[in-house]
Amino acid sequence: MINCTVAETSAALAAGDISSVEITQAYLDRIATLNGELNAFITVCENSALLQAKAADDARANGNDRPLLGIPLAHKDIFCTKDILTTCGSRMLHNFVSPYNATVVERFIDAGTVLLGKTNMDEFAMGSSNETSFFGDVKNPWNTECVPGGSSGGSAAAVAADLCAMATGTDTGGSIRQPAAFCGVTGLKPSYGRVSRWGMIAFASSLDQAGPITKSAEDAALMLNVMSGLDKKDSTSIDRPIEDFTATLNQPLKGLRIGVPKQHFADGLSMEVEQAIRNALAEYEKLGATIKEMDLTNSHLSVSAYYVVAPAEASANLSRFDGVRYGHRCEDPTDLEDMYKRTRSEGFGEEVKRRIMIGTYALSAGYYDAYYRKAQKIRRLIKDDFDRAFEEVDVIIGPTSPHTAFKLGSKADPVSMYLEDIYTIAVNLAGLPAASIPAGIANGLPIGMQIIGKYFDEAKILNVAHQFQQHTDWHKQKSTAITAASGES
Amino acid sequence: MALDKTEIEKIAHLARLHIGESETEEVTTRITDILALIDQMQSVDTEVVEPLAHPLDLVQRLRADAITEGNQRDKLQKLAPASEDGLYLVPKVLE
Repeated sequence: MINCTVAETSAALAAGDISSVEITQAYLDRIATLNGELNAFITVCENSALLQAKAADDARANGNDRPLLGIPLAHKDIFCTKDILTTCGSRMLHNFVSPYNATVVERFIDAGTVLLGKTNMDEFAMGSSNETSFFGDVKNPWNTECVPGGSSGGSAAAVAADLCAMATGTDTGGSIRQPAAFCGVTGLKPSYGRVSRWGMIAFASSLDQAGPITKSAEDAALMLNVMSGLDKKDSTSIDRPIEDFTATLNQPLKGLRIGVPKQHFADGLSMEVEQAIRNALAEYEKLGATIKEMDLTNSHLSVSAYYVVAPAEASANLSRFDGVRYGHRCEDPTDLEDMYKRTRSEGFGEEVKRRIMIGTYALSAGYYDAYYRKAQKIRRLIKDDFDRAFEEVDVIIGPTSPHTAFKLGSKADPVSMYLEDIYTIAVNLAGLPAASIPAGIANGLPIGMQIIGKYFDEAKILNVAHQFQQHTDWHKQKSTAITAASGES
Repeated sequence: MALDKTEIEKIAHLARLHIGESETEEVTTRITDILALIDQMQSVDTEVVEPLAHPLDLVQRLRADAITEGNQRDKLQKLAPASEDGLYLVPKVLE
């Protein structure tokens, strides 16, 4: 049962084949067996999970039949959860028990879900390998010598290894899509403003967006139904009519126009990944789609613009961590400046400090026009490329990452790590929605395919992803390494 | 653009970070490498391009200036490393 999709588990719960307490216990047992090796969870909420499961079973007995009632999930540790440790993967918040729930967390509580725990992540979501976490590396369930991707590495690994039915993630430059690709699961970054950022610890406010990490596109639609919608507490939350993202999953793809950007098949793309994506495109042609090669002329500038915008906004957002109101404070400060400096130097890891310094430099007197304003102009060029492309195509498809998961410790140089997100970053700069779904396996590791859509066209992305999953079974493939480790047949 | 040790120390101070003597050289190299990556965007002429602050060029929604939260001072101050009589404690600022 633990390897079932949310849709399947929901049906089994509705039919009375299984109770939420039983399925929750099964996930807790699985976590107890495997989390030592994978390190996907920072906090496991065993007692409260079982109480929530019991409450869900009682609600069902009283006639409640909401789709996610009693489904066990995990939240990335970037979401504030009331009375539960919320670390953001940082020593700075190693002792922070949130006094309130993020809106996303609140919505999943209202939907009747069961919270299994909080997942590991790159510190303050800054990383593409989950190696910057203060709480240690997460291991890829397909090969524990490899990274799970990042920053939502714990969530992706937990879904892939069946430690939960579904998980939340956040994506500032690829942090849902790249780990989803590396772990062989489905991940969706919604349009900027689609999901409330309230209570989600801020990294880069003009880019951050929360989304689902799941075992299928259908499950992502079920999660997005709960997560999305106007929240007056987030002034960037978009006021749009409520949609049912499952409604159009089964639309036929005949006549679908797929754009394939030349720049996403350029130097640096591994042959195995390219072949898998070409095969997937052939599958779409069989389903009646047409393929059009196209240009995203300025996409090569996305990484450089991103490493101005994201660190600049991070340097401002992370100034709140000063050792005064919550979190870490250094021992015996001599004066206020000593307290700020030592608190922040001890509390933040190397990568976070690096990005704060880059951002501070970019925003410092005399450099604003050359860096932040310049990067905002590049953002406009990148958005214009997409706008032009979407006049002629319905979705854009390419690889999520240039290669499959890499070995732990193999990318010590920050710039090479930054280039990991070369296909995903432009999407955040433009604020568009995009998914990654499994589309192949090479050398025992999953390959992710990115599907980019028009603004607020998540329903189309999920339709395109779901139809692929109805005709292929890449999303159902499981790591044999992990099934062997847990003693299952 | 290459930065020297003095500039790195200045940036660290602005960011209220302490960079140890032994780390300065590596931090300087890493940041210089990242700035080289960033400088790729300088190759494009953007003279007439309008900066993009929001993907849909939306502006912030305003709300009435009204109190919506209850007073949670005691609850929130329990999270503080040091507080007393409803005040946050920090090292002495004035002699």
